[in-house]
Amino acid sequence: MSAPILKAEKLTKRFGGLAAVTDVSVDLYIGQVHAVIGTNGAGKSTLTNMLSGDLPPTSGSIHYDGHELAGMASHKISRLGIGRSYQKTNIFLPFTVFENVRLAAQSRHPRFWQVWRSATAFADINASAERAIVAAGLAAKRDTVAANMSHGEQRQLEIAMCLATDPKVLLLDEPLAGMGPAESERIVELIGQLKDGHAIMLIEHDMDAVFAVADRLTVMVNGAVLETGTPEEVRASPMVQQAYLGDSFATGDLHV
Amino acid sequence: MNKTSPTLLAVMVIVVAALAAFPFVGEKFYVQLVSKVMIMAIFAMSLDLLVGFAGLVSLGHAAFFGLAGYVAALMSPQYEAGNFWTTLPAAMAACAAFALITGFLVLRTSGIYFIMVTLAFAQMLFFIFHDTALGGGSDGIYIYVKPEMMLGDIKLLDLENFNVFYWLVLGCLVAVYLLLRQLLRSNFGHALIGIKTNDHRMRALGFPTFRYKLAAYVMSGALAGLAGYLAALQFGFVNPEILSWHTSGNVLMMVILGGMGTLHGAVVGAFSFILLQEVLSNQAFFGSVAKHWQLTMGLFIIAVALFLPKGLAGLFSRRGEK
Amino acid sequence: MDFYSFLIQLLNGLQYGLLLFLVASGLTLVFGIMGIINLAHGSFYMIGAYMAWALAEQTGNFGLAVLLGIVLTVILGILLEAVFYRHLYKRDHLYQVLMTYGLILVFEELRSIIWGDDVHGVAVPALFSASIPLTDNLSYPVYRLAISAVCVLLALGMYLLIQRTRLGMMIRAGASNNEMVQALGINIKLIYTLVFALGVALAATAGMIAAPISSVFPNMGGQVLIICFVVVVIGGIGSVWGALLAALMIGLVDTFGKVLVPDYAGLSVYVLMAVVLLWRPEGLFKRG
Repeated sequence: MSAPILKAEKLTKRFGGLAAVTDVSVDLYIGQVHAVIGTNGAGKSTLTNMLSGDLPPTSGSIHYDGHELAGMASHKISRLGIGRSYQKTNIFLPFTVFENVRLAAQSRHPRFWQVWRSATAFADINASAERAIVAAGLAAKRDTVAANMSHGEQRQLEIAMCLATDPKVLLLDEPLAGMGPAESERIVELIGQLKDGHAIMLIEHDMDAVFAVADRLTVMVNGAVLETGTPEEVRASPMVQQAYLGDSFATGDLHV
Repeated sequence: MNKTSPTLLAVMVIVVAALAAFPFVGEKFYVQLVSKVMIMAIFAMSLDLLVGFAGLVSLGHAAFFGLAGYVAALMSPQYEAGNFWTTLPAAMAACAAFALITGFLVLRTSGIYFIMVTLAFAQMLFFIFHDTALGGGSDGIYIYVKPEMMLGDIKLLDLENFNVFYWLVLGCLVAVYLLLRQLLRSNFGHALIGIKTNDHRMRALGFPTFRYKLAAYVMSGALAGLAGYLAALQFGFVNPEILSWHTSGNVLMMVILGGMGTLHGAVVGAFSFILLQEVLSNQAFFGSVAKHWQLTMGLFIIAVALFLPKGLAGLFSRRGEK
Repeated sequence: MDFYSFLIQLLNGLQYGLLLFLVASGLTLVFGIMGIINLAHGSFYMIGAYMAWALAEQTGNFGLAVLLGIVLTVILGILLEAVFYRHLYKRDHLYQVLMTYGLILVFEELRSIIWGDDVHGVAVPALFSASIPLTDNLSYPVYRLAISAVCVLLALGMYLLIQRTRLGMMIRAGASNNEMVQALGINIKLIYTLVFALGVALAATAGMIAAPISSVFPNMGGQVLIICFVVVVIGGIGSVWGALLAALMIGLVDTFGKVLVPDYAGLSVYVLMAVVLLWRPEGLFKRG
């Protein structure tokens, strides 16, 4: 296996006196899905926020493609090739699918000084938007207003916007939250496809989905890493079994 | 986003044609009133760029309006005509510079802070011109002679002629409208609307939103400066009052009244607001109450804030439409 | 500047700062708890000052006028909250700005109709009319010390109210978590009304006790409002103690500014604000 594209080392985030994340290290590789699991409040979202630049880490480092990301502004991190989706659907509700994704694609070809040209007249931006819409499986909804779509479709749109920024690393924060089984299956399939050419960090509660798609797993408890390894290693880990009271975990159900 | 319907386009062409023809039939008083309204419409559109498109509620827009007026007055010789070609760019450049400096500070804040800080910086400018001898103190400065618009030895437009001045203002109004319209259709405009809807998400998508907002702030300031420059010429004087927060409050009211985020709404708002002001303060209509017209205006503003959040446009929008 | 001049300016600065604190604390509480930006807050200061003048003329007793004035402004606050402000809690700040701007116009015109547009002096109450001699030709008026003392007492009272009483606990909880307060079955509407009335009364009280040294004049509320915005921006929205610190800073900067750089004194507080914005855009005491 080649070197990791993103290497986060000993990330710590404190809010006042409270430590939300302590000394967490994660390596992400192109072509792999790295799932991060743990109970609510384990610090998974805080970890994502530090990698995406939404929160500066209190200490620790994030190496990516020759850059140090810790403390960098989120828009710069995004431009370096790290895209993220949000746990709470975070899209532009009044816009259509195409407008949402086009706007995302625009961030890679801003050209805002070309004020005499209409935003929809840039062929390359439109093309990458269309590609992302197809890749996220939303081709049929291209002209639907985001606010009028189902929850699952909105989550797909979230991923499409992420893809339109042409990222190498995808940070997906609970992409299946609030979805029905059929919708979940579709997204899991999509994540499996996106693995090709992307490094994916997947935060998810749905254990069936995680074990179906993850190549590596990190289990977090109280802001710290309990165990990291392949799904089999994690499943077999005595510490994890103890933390999650064994049996229910072995059958793949980790809802606490 | 930003599609002009054929009906709207037709209405606009008719309105512009009617405005252009007005000086041929209107009396001087009304020509000057409409030219004042159009100046305020430019001012309101510049604010709409911030409030309606970038989502930045500024309560200090009078700063640019007043600053440009002072630059025009300070650059004009006392009893002679100044040069239009230098005073106008200088006035707008001064506003852009002031916007760049204060924008760098005010855009570090958002929401309630932004409102208060923009108001505070406008007040700072008020004190500069009110307390120091720079701009004639609380009396202000008179512009006895309007600047000349020369091309070589030829006087291009005679601004002392109120009809010519009216057409100049109309030309500026149309130009600013078209400029902003195109700006909002461009990548820049789409990004601004995205920032208004969800600034955080735009940053996560890789947009340096601070720079976008600063650019919009500077542009808005410069256009407000254009309005302030024209206003100073029309009224023939500047004083600290034009920098006061009443100016900022009134222009904000115009933007809301016409329906924000549409540009033409700002124009409608400016017309309605100033006509209302004229009617309420007219003794022929309201007799002795006219003296206290601010009371009626205040109640009207309260009613709009409480019951008409979308402005007059909200009255006419179809039922069931969100 | 010799020692006694310095002392006088220091006392003036503190007194001005404390007075600003009374006005700004209501503003910041209402911001912090109800999320309302209230441009008409300065009008309450103006209303207080005019009430003190009018009631003192009527009753001939300044102390009685202040007491009556406080009762009246509390009632005014309760009414305003119920009729106007209540409808804006969940609305965009834009509409709060508009409505409260409209209220300013209404208050100013009502003031003009009821009390006219003249400037009026208010006599310093006899009890405090003395001056303390400092040197042969310098003295310090007792009334200014009395103002500071009243402000300090009111600040202490607010500290006790917020930190020690059940209402204060609800205020603190309401500021941090609305839903939790409602889940506990606390009547949030009542708290909002009380907090608003408290804010009105504090601003009006400041106007009343300041009237004998500042006189009463049209638009006096606008100036105070903008300075109080600066106080709140520097102190951090919702932080009463931030407001206290910021108000004292501004009181001193403004007072010494007037002595040291008279032409640019109006600017000094805004420069201070700009520096704070560069350093801490969310104010000195950002709420956690």
